[in-house]
Amino acid sequence: MSTVLPARDRSEGRHLPLDVEALRRDFPILARKVHGRPLVYLDNAATTQKPESVIEAVAHMYRHSYGNVHRGVHQLSVEATDACEQAREKVRAFVNAAEAREIVFVRGTTEGINLVAQTFGRQRVHEGDEIVITALEHHSNIVPWQLLCDEKKAHLKVLPIDRTGEVRVEELERLLTPRTRLVSVAHVSNALGTLLPVRRIVEIAHARGVPVAIDGAQAVPRLAVDVREIGCDFYAFSSHKMYGPTGVGVLYGREELLEAMPPYQGGGDMISSVTFEKTTWNVLPYKFEAGTPDIAGAIGLGAAVDYLTRIGVENVTAHEEELLDYATRSLSALPGLTVIGTAREKIGVLSFTMAGIHPHDIGTVLDQEGIAIRTGHHCAQPVMEFFGIPATARASLALYNTREEIDALTEGLRKVERMFR
Amino acid sequence: MGELRELYQEVILDHSKRPRNFGELAGANRRAEGYNPLCGDRETVFVRLEDDVLEDIGFRGTGCAISTASASMMTDAVKGRTRAEAEALFECFHRLITGQDGEKERGAPELGKLTVFSGVREFPVRVKCATLPWHTLKAALAGVDRTVSTELTEGPKAESGGG
Repeated sequence: MSTVLPARDRSEGRHLPLDVEALRRDFPILARKVHGRPLVYLDNAATTQKPESVIEAVAHMYRHSYGNVHRGVHQLSVEATDACEQAREKVRAFVNAAEAREIVFVRGTTEGINLVAQTFGRQRVHEGDEIVITALEHHSNIVPWQLLCDEKKAHLKVLPIDRTGEVRVEELERLLTPRTRLVSVAHVSNALGTLLPVRRIVEIAHARGVPVAIDGAQAVPRLAVDVREIGCDFYAFSSHKMYGPTGVGVLYGREELLEAMPPYQGGGDMISSVTFEKTTWNVLPYKFEAGTPDIAGAIGLGAAVDYLTRIGVENVTAHEEELLDYATRSLSALPGLTVIGTAREKIGVLSFTMAGIHPHDIGTVLDQEGIAIRTGHHCAQPVMEFFGIPATARASLALYNTREEIDALTEGLRKVERMFR
Repeated sequence: MGELRELYQEVILDHSKRPRNFGELAGANRRAEGYNPLCGDRETVFVRLEDDVLEDIGFRGTGCAISTASASMMTDAVKGRTRAEAEALFECFHRLITGQDGEKERGAPELGKLTVFSGVREFPVRVKCATLPWHTLKAALAGVDRTVSTELTEGPKAESGGG
């Protein structure tokens, strides 16, 4: 494992927070070529690449300690259970939850939000009630609430954004009514990179007795998240966006709320006793973890937490801030390029359009240069509609990205320009 | 770079910058809207169909270079043809861009200029861009009064999720 010490950036003689060249060697995939060019991976908001330690933790699990959890008296089941619960404890410490039983393993952020909608939501939301989201949400923080509102004849209210992509928090107060049952917001926008003032949102909502759920998918990989400091009631995030395996994610919920909620799915592991007359639910968090969980995924997530902890998430923040600043300056200098999303507080994501050139064509040309970005609506169609565009091109950062890669992107975009103008 | 030049041939770039038959068609008696959720593209195709012949055709909307050029060249290719001929041409075109054609069809004379789209086969995620106007034309000719989506007609070959 690489030792992370501040390195000197030769180009400007400034200290950089991470020794990125050393860190890059932790990620085997970064050594490969795409279309004969070195891979420049800038689609990290979609999913991040995996360090050797995560890949190895998953492989080691299957090679040496694999059994089902919470079931067997045999050694492998005991080892698997221990490893899984250690991972839960690592996640607890990482987001500073009070108790490990407040950490529910789910498939990802999407399932975490659906779990809240289908349990907390169905229990507490009734006809005429209201749920508040913002105008920059990912579809995964819109559609679960629409499904609930349809079922309950409740109303979905939307906190607007301004032209920079900042949420107009001052309007939240006005939007909250005695019928508001929940506020659910992103921590960081996947389409624009806007960092939302979640502490303030929680303060405003709590002052009115309204609980707050947060979609933390884009925040956890790049910001130190402390759920108790934020004061939120639910916080969901995905392993695969924070250098861990796919297929697993986390829903943090305050114990008091989780206790009062009905189960999400029925099955094995979520019960303490079953007769045909009556079934008693298991204790937290198992009440919400029906069926065999993604055991290896959870252990891989634990390894990803270890990796980020070793590096220091605050160093990742500083690195991505520096790089986003550099990328914004480099790309803004290109003729016809417009940055979409110019919030004052912004991290990790650079969405843009080029006059007269469709993002999809930009993506194809860059791909031939070995540069991976995302093009499209980023599962945030209402955001695209707000800005009056069908799509954007989006470069999104990770701890392993470099200025040289941003330079490659800039050069690639010049080529796009030459080709289509 | 070779593959990229194959995809974005000069003819395609030309049609994407200066699309032919662009705009709403006066006197159209068939129309349909096509939608590609992958790139957010929408294209509307207008047809004046008389005695089963596509007497005139136009389109409007926004799209990438591939879908705009495909719409433009499609309108040139099908104008004056019968409905059956237009549909047969689409089948031939579809085989060309998905690489399901044999050697004989690669240069199939009925495809004419449309053979410049053969480079699309090397870019499977872009097939939907090239077929969007054709699916829309088909819907218009069938009198289907709803939006056709490439997700339904071509299957989920590329991303539609993932944040």
